[in-house]
Amino acid sequence: MKMELTARQKQDHKTFRAFADEEIAPCADQYDQEARLPSELFTKLAERGYLGAILPEAYAGHGMDLITYGLLNQELGRSCSSVRGLVMLQNMVAHTILRWGSESQKERWLTKIASGERTAAFALTEPDVGSDAGNIETKVAPAHGSYILNGRKKWITVGQLADLFLVFGQYDGKLCALLLEKDTPGLSIHPMPGTLGMRAAMLAELHLNECQVPEENMVGGVGLGLVPVAVSALNFGRYSVAWGCVGIAQACLEASIQHTSHRKQFGHYLKEHQLIQAMIADMVTNLKAARLLCLQSGYAMESGEPQSIMDILVAKYFASTAATQAALNAIQIHGAIGLSPDHPVQRYLRDAKVMEIIEGTTQIHQMKIAEHTYGWDLDA
Amino acid sequence: MKDKKAKIRAFLKRFIRHHFQDDEDIFESGYVNSMIALQLVLFVESEFDITVENEDLKLENFSTVNALVRLIEYKTI
Repeated sequence: MKMELTARQKQDHKTFRAFADEEIAPCADQYDQEARLPSELFTKLAERGYLGAILPEAYAGHGMDLITYGLLNQELGRSCSSVRGLVMLQNMVAHTILRWGSESQKERWLTKIASGERTAAFALTEPDVGSDAGNIETKVAPAHGSYILNGRKKWITVGQLADLFLVFGQYDGKLCALLLEKDTPGLSIHPMPGTLGMRAAMLAELHLNECQVPEENMVGGVGLGLVPVAVSALNFGRYSVAWGCVGIAQACLEASIQHTSHRKQFGHYLKEHQLIQAMIADMVTNLKAARLLCLQSGYAMESGEPQSIMDILVAKYFASTAATQAALNAIQIHGAIGLSPDHPVQRYLRDAKVMEIIEGTTQIHQMKIAEHTYGWDLDA
Repeated sequence: MKDKKAKIRAFLKRFIRHHFQDDEDIFESGYVNSMIALQLVLFVESEFDITVENEDLKLENFSTVNALVRLIEYKTI
């Protein structure tokens, strides 16, 4: 299997890294402390084509292949997980509309998402339903050429910023997905500040009270519609999260190398202490493994292989747990400095832990990986 | 057609240790979870070089081996 980046991908990677270093990393702690993302940043992301990264040029997108998109997520994740979350949501909803939406939905929304004229969010989780997504409680009822939505959605990333929501609900006992606009009467948006990590991701709870949505806003039909729409969206999200975790682990490693190369204790640089070297070695090894799993899943997804679903589960599971461990090591290496709000490693830990929960918890990933493994017929 | 059925069955067998009859409902069997369903969509696309569109996302197009063959043949005309 080919695992080497093309010259173009390497060049794009450099560009993403420079952008992240110059425009995001210096402000990431401030975003975290203020629990918001500034509109200027949104404009910069739009100007560079990152909000429509995976969309074709016909929809004003950047037309990135999935490996390049992964590298973008890596660099955004290395600098600020909240920014990566914003870019992920924009591309996740765009990808869903591009893949499963009607022609009129594509015409109506995709260019606006790519340009940043519209901010998109994914609304699946509810106050009482998280991992058990098949049993969401939001109700969808028909009403003369439209649908009426009632229910609540919770932990909606960029929910405070978004003006277009891909909402999931139950229609006559079957699951479906609809595009809901922010100005729909009956929709109220409630900020959810103070979460452990991704504090600048502007989470919100949505209250849907008799929200009327035109029938042409349904994406993918009823029943089977949810399966490809929701699962492929989550799959795409997991891919983004996995690469973002590679970025977090990279940030932890770089901060730790910097710190241990300059700080002396007992007359020696920290990097000369073998117990420090052991932590660095683990960080390097897990980082390389996570990156390879992400690359493998990216190539599989790019070629449309069914196996890509499993590959992405494995990549996200490994990369998210590796990022948490890398952040724990980075804090341990930094000592008290690592606990300080003035140093980003504590943010890396808080954000890494979030990655083990969003787009499926670590435990759900473990269950699904095992389920698929046992389900395989080894003779086939 | 026989070849298509064999390929579909071989794919399903990778996940489910059950031999589906031509008209046996794959989803009603309770064996197929949402991830296998998406893999089934990706499989018919990659194996038979078709694109499953929004309007094809109907349960009746994916419910049996025969239904899948009909969908594949309709999309390759």
